[in-house]
Amino acid sequence: MSEPIVKFQDVHKSFGDIKVLKGINLDIKPAEKVAVIGPSGSGKTTIIRMLMTLEEPTSGDIIVDSTNLWKMEKKGKMVKANEKHLRQVRGDIGMVFQHFNLFPHMTILENCMTAPIHVKKENKEEVRERAIQMLDRVGLGDKLNNYPSQLSGGQKQRVAMARALVMRPKIMLFDEVTSALDPELVGEVLEVIRDIAKHDDMAMVLVTHEMDFALDIADKVLFLDEGVIAEQGTASQVIEHSTNERLQGFLHRFRR
Amino acid sequence: MNFTYWSWDTFFDALPFVLQGLGITVGLTITCYLFALTFGFVWTFLRRVPNKAFNWIVTWTMEFIRSTPPLVQLFFIYYAWPMIPGVGFALNPFASAVLGLGIHFSTYVGEIYRSGIESVDKGQWEASRALNFTTLDKWKKIILPQAIPPTIPMLGNYFIIMFKEVPLASTIGVAGIMLMANTYGAQNWAYLEPLTIVGIIFLVLSYPSAVLIKKLEVKMNTRFDKNAAVKSDQKGAVM
Repeated sequence: MSEPIVKFQDVHKSFGDIKVLKGINLDIKPAEKVAVIGPSGSGKTTIIRMLMTLEEPTSGDIIVDSTNLWKMEKKGKMVKANEKHLRQVRGDIGMVFQHFNLFPHMTILENCMTAPIHVKKENKEEVRERAIQMLDRVGLGDKLNNYPSQLSGGQKQRVAMARALVMRPKIMLFDEVTSALDPELVGEVLEVIRDIAKHDDMAMVLVTHEMDFALDIADKVLFLDEGVIAEQGTASQVIEHSTNERLQGFLHRFRR
Repeated sequence: MNFTYWSWDTFFDALPFVLQGLGITVGLTITCYLFALTFGFVWTFLRRVPNKAFNWIVTWTMEFIRSTPPLVQLFFIYYAWPMIPGVGFALNPFASAVLGLGIHFSTYVGEIYRSGIESVDKGQWEASRALNFTTLDKWKKIILPQAIPPTIPMLGNYFIIMFKEVPLASTIGVAGIMLMANTYGAQNWAYLEPLTIVGIIFLVLSYPSAVLIKKLEVKMNTRFDKNAAVKSDQKGAVM
């Protein structure tokens, strides 16, 4: 059994008086594909946003590759992590957003090249080659010099995936990546994720409403409900054998 | 009736004299503007320091500078500042004008920058973070290239507004066209022609600038509309 690459230990998160997460414990192994499902407002997105350092946990520990993400040691005491520490740990993590968040002032090739060149200080020619390869892989090799505003939602989301992949993360986070798309564009994006899940050996965490898809590719499914992990296991365990009534109700709404 | 107040002889006599100040006027305008553009960033970033008390001080300092007439500020820098023991030192008229008008307009420019930065979508900050940009690169590569272009027409307007305030510098002895016209008037007891020349020069220089800025504005607006259309598309898809 390999050591988990991500560990959540009793993680709580409140926004003001509202408790969103109430004690999350979670292990993610390297290369494991985890799907997070649950009703909206259950805190699914907050879990990966904390992992991406976009939200700070109220309490608890998140361990990434044996390093505490939000805390660091200073003079023998654990203190709040500074930006330098966060940058170090964050380098292993990539994220794809619901609203793509491509850089509108750059071509799609530049979108994919800017971070490896400026953040990782990689060789420009190598990065260009890799970025073109990656854009080819997501089916956009013929649009390298287009701007994001010239693409459809599905195409934008595929660029966003290429942009994250070029950074070679060990952990990839997908935050409801098909929710902002027209229904006919969802398929092409899911195809790309399926391809990544099959061929790349990084860990993946998908927050999604695409139930069938999630169950299909996930090694582990988490059902999040009212701020806790109400159920977890393999897809078949969670879907077919769970006795959790709220999960049954939730699934029922998706699989009429 | 014979129009005896106006003399073309005087006009053409005054013209080269007044024009001697043109270089200074234009030079001062450009220097002040560059100063304001640069110093505007200082205000913008000072206001972003996450400390309430500090923020309050910065906000009110800006408010104070904006609510005080630039003429008073010029006089203060030129006449009063050197008299303050310890910190004060004398500046020549040109430098005083650059500092006075530059700081005054930098507070407006700072506000424009702020509006530009606030118009950048939250997702852009998050994507920069997710891709692990340093704070400096995030500003340089992602935020400012999106924040500044839409503000260019507004910044252009302030260029013209500032250009029209530059004659104030004549009051502390900057020898631009205004001071030259005044001097000519005093020497020859003829103010009508030289001051008319000053008016014409300002018109000739401001009008093309205004037209240019208008064009820029239209260009930026169409660009902005395109983005807006894309954004509403996304919203439609969410619903």
